[in-house]
Amino acid sequence: MKLLVAVKRVVDYNVKVRVKSDGSAVETSGVKMSMNPFDEIAIEEAVRLKEKGIATDILAVSMGVTQCQETIRTALAMGADRGILVETDAALEPLAVAKMLKALVVREGIELVIMGKQAIDDDMNATGQMLAALLGWPQGTFASKVEIADGAAMVTREVDGGLETVSLKLPAVITADLRLNEPRYASLPNIMKARKKTIDTVTPADLGVDPAPRLTTLKVSEPPVRKAGIKVGDVAALVDKLRNEAKVI
Amino acid sequence: MTSLLILDFDEHGIKQPSRSALAAAAKLGEVHGLLAGAGIAAAAAAAAQLPGLAKILVADDAAYANALAEPFASLIVSLAGQYSHIFAAATAVGKNIMPRVAALLDAQPISDISDVIDADTFIRPIYAGNALATVKSSDAIKILTVRASSFDPVAPTGGAATIEAVAHAPGPVQSTFVSAELSKSERPELTAAKIIVSGGRGMQNGENFGKLIDPVADKLHAAVGASRAAVDAGFVPNDYQVGQTGKIVAPDLYLAVGISGAIQHLAGMKDSKVIVAINKDEDAPIFQVADYGLVGDLFTILPELEKSL
Ligand SMILES: Cc1cc2nc3c(=O)[nH]c(=O)nc-3n(C[C@H](O)[C@H](O)[C@H](O)COP(=O)(O)OP(=O)(O)OC[C@H]3O[C@@H](n4cnc5c(N)ncnc54)[C@H](O)[C@@H]3O)c2cc1C
Ligand SMILES: Nc1ncnc2c1ncn2[C@@H]1O[C@H](COP(=O)(O)O)[C@@H](O)[C@H]1O
Repeated sequence: MKLLVAVKRVVDYNVKVRVKSDGSAVETSGVKMSMNPFDEIAIEEAVRLKEKGIATDILAVSMGVTQCQETIRTALAMGADRGILVETDAALEPLAVAKMLKALVVREGIELVIMGKQAIDDDMNATGQMLAALLGWPQGTFASKVEIADGAAMVTREVDGGLETVSLKLPAVITADLRLNEPRYASLPNIMKARKKTIDTVTPADLGVDPAPRLTTLKVSEPPVRKAGIKVGDVAALVDKLRNEAKVI
Repeated sequence: MTSLLILDFDEHGIKQPSRSALAAAAKLGEVHGLLAGAGIAAAAAAAAQLPGLAKILVADDAAYANALAEPFASLIVSLAGQYSHIFAAATAVGKNIMPRVAALLDAQPISDISDVIDADTFIRPIYAGNALATVKSSDAIKILTVRASSFDPVAPTGGAATIEAVAHAPGPVQSTFVSAELSKSERPELTAAKIIVSGGRGMQNGENFGKLIDPVADKLHAAVGASRAAVDAGFVPNDYQVGQTGKIVAPDLYLAVGISGAIQHLAGMKDSKVIVAINKDEDAPIFQVADYGLVGDLFTILPELEKSL
């Protein structure tokens, strides 16, 4: 079975981002960039499916600026077989990403897509669901467990009240939640091997997609800051403050 | 201009996040509600009482029993023609279904809005809430999910909407519901609670949650939450997680116990009215957002706190 995994290059999760002084965007120049953490989990799941003999070929796809190659290299070092970079300087929204992924899924004969449930920069939580819709495939979002057998994917999903399991007829799209697995670190030999794997580059136009955004960002601002609080000396002082000052208990 | 609001419900009626989403949708004018499920007459009757809803559309069919994304999205798309906006709360159901609806309508969804500026313009948090983006949509139809903690819910009763049955051929079966493992609790739901007591890795194990957090939560009639570390370590179930990828909460009082205050945890609770941090590390980042900080060992502080409430 041929798999596709979508990997996004995002500001590293440890970075405390700052809004640019002109209020146009978040400052991303000179900031550490990494693979979206949920996408690492998606790659890990794909590699495990390959180790079980279920997946035969893992294609890692990233979309954006030239440097997204590094993100694809990381995926290759973790065990993906080949990569495609959809290169563009345009700001990409989930709708455009989903349309381009669809074109690649069709062109490459993909039977299962695994991606992150959410990119930690735009926090949209949308692309996987949108890709499934465009392909007319079922979706298993927020997955914490995946089992593939008999042409179906059993997906356990993290929902508001706990867990839920659904069975999806393949082909399907699955989006990874945090507890699906613990991604591996790429070993040095695998990082070396990854250098020899191929990364093809295409453009949105090659895929027949106009990536023009539908949302215009009018302004980006800092959220209101909380005013600094106080330290209290003991439990009695805390309870007194909560009762008589904050009046919340 | 009329909006459609997808309503989330359980055996107790319409869920509070949907009532917050109604408050958001009502800012733009008339709102109709949609309920889909199997055997949902009671939920429909509850929905009809929500103030601000003119009409409730009810799709009562086995195909919608477990809110599976494929038939549910196709139902919503079949009704979309009459509406300028489609809203849902950013719950597990809303987040699963609305982007699928948007793609089928060739629209870019606007996830997790925290404010409505006008019919085209909305504010949404990005980067785990470390920035707020004001975005304007050029799509003919707007597909939105609503951050419930940012809008005061409308009252559960006081309205009188008409109820109208709708039907739609659900299409080929692509997915089936297998099972659910839902946590049972007598406590208020995290997203609806006025007070939340959350524990982190500092709790050391699940037993300590039961021994130390629960009694405090009982006294305060509070919900119990957790950090990702506490969930990952198996101390408590996944649905306790508060944060960027867990639940977004804004109670009157949030007590963070043995939680360091990582960006991703703060993303889920920093809009709480009053924050209390209990941590033995006086430099823990949680103290930067806490109104009241108490430095010390939670194993002595929690029993003391329970006694003095
Ligand atoms: C993509 C992504 C998404 C994430 N989403 C979330 C999310 O939604 N929610 C979330 O919470 N995290 C999330 N995280 C994880 C987050 O980065 C932190 O790892 C996590 O919040 C840490 O949990 P913690 O504070 O319980 O543990 P720690 O950081 O280990 O902190 C434990 C704290 O307990 C204190 N402590 C220990 N013993 C005692 C004692 N006896 N008395 C008093 N204090 C004590 C310590 O001083 C310490 O401050 C996410 C991470 C990533 C990468
Ligand atoms: N530019 C991109 N390149 C590759 N994958 C992407 C891109 N944007 C989104 N994705 C995928 O879609 C998932 C969800 O992103 P989002 O819907 O933006 O929250 C991510 O975890 C990625 O797997």
